[in-house]
Amino acid sequence: MCTTCGCSDSANPRVTNLQAGHTDKTIHSHSDHSHSHNAHDHGHHHHEHELDTQHDHQKGHETTVNLEQAILAKNDRLAERNRGWFLGRNIVALNLVSSPGSGKTTLLERTIHDLKDAMPISVIEGDQETLFDAERIQKAGCPVVQINTGAGCHLEAEMLARGLETLQPPSNSLVLIENVGNLVCPALFDLGEQAKVVVLSVTEGEDKPLKYPHMFQHASVMILNKIDLLPHLTFNVATCLEFAHRVNPNLQVFQVSATTGKGLQHWYDWVTAQINASNRQGVR
Amino acid sequence: MHELGITRNIVSIVTEKAGGEPVRRVTIAIGKLSAVLPEAIRFCFDIVSQGTVVEGADLEILEIPGTAECRTCGTHFELKQLYDRCPCGSVDITRLTGEELLVKHMVTA
Repeated sequence: MCTTCGCSDSANPRVTNLQAGHTDKTIHSHSDHSHSHNAHDHGHHHHEHELDTQHDHQKGHETTVNLEQAILAKNDRLAERNRGWFLGRNIVALNLVSSPGSGKTTLLERTIHDLKDAMPISVIEGDQETLFDAERIQKAGCPVVQINTGAGCHLEAEMLARGLETLQPPSNSLVLIENVGNLVCPALFDLGEQAKVVVLSVTEGEDKPLKYPHMFQHASVMILNKIDLLPHLTFNVATCLEFAHRVNPNLQVFQVSATTGKGLQHWYDWVTAQINASNRQGVR
Repeated sequence: MHELGITRNIVSIVTEKAGGEPVRRVTIAIGKLSAVLPEAIRFCFDIVSQGTVVEGADLEILEIPGTAECRTCGTHFELKQLYDRCPCGSVDITRLTGEELLVKHMVTA
């Protein structure tokens, strides 16, 4: 916690590099604040900034200042920086989003197992707490960094930048980002990824795409997971796909079971095509 | 609760631009299709602004309705849901408004 201003409490995002043992590094850059800790050293004392000229003659009067500034501009700028970072290294970064329990981590384990000989893969894990998912990914045989967001319900571009600094993924590789399990907030925060991949499991309702339209609209790919359980459920696949395409007509859908492996080849083909396209761009 | 982070951004932008002047009023625009709840922003605003020049300021929220233009028939129509279709039935639309997340202006004293 920051003892001076208390602005970042125990909810600080933490980055853990599982390759280097469990050393926690706290992100504490006051990114969403613009202050320094010398409360009286803001550089605003010199009465030289533009607002003062208006004020000197208007003591006691109100002054309206037009701002017209995008609230998420800072995250968007940092996301663009991440995007450039990936582009310069020919890295394909995919941002996996879903509600908790849809099977994202199982999908990652399986994908790593089946694709790691074909391409270098590394993973950024986002969770509010624990290193459980990162430990599973590490066991699957791939470098992984865990970001714990504390109270935060989504990853932000700055957290990803810190995670990448620690992870140091190689050029010409695949970076899989497992966002915090949440179908609302991660839709608003661009990380600089090439594509968002939304995972929906058939144990959830088929109406999820309409209930959480932002996420399905921002995603390029939807993975309908746990299809091996369909015989035991009333989940209507056709209705779900109709809803998903109503929200996003361009959404590409793969129906898979990350447990049995059914349908995964189509997902692998898509990932491989992204890598090949990125490599071709790099050669040019 | 992404509204907390979003409100932090709002207060940060305003504080930076206010340059130490007390802020009386902040006006923001939130599109009705932006997945951000005005009530939640209002709730967070008082908490997040504590101890800053924005503390005690009025928060004015302009809610911007969603509108779209159909690329098939050219009609302009209101978009009540992100996935609404054009009255002509087409899903090929361009969203024009409703996704704003902007700090419009502030009043300092």
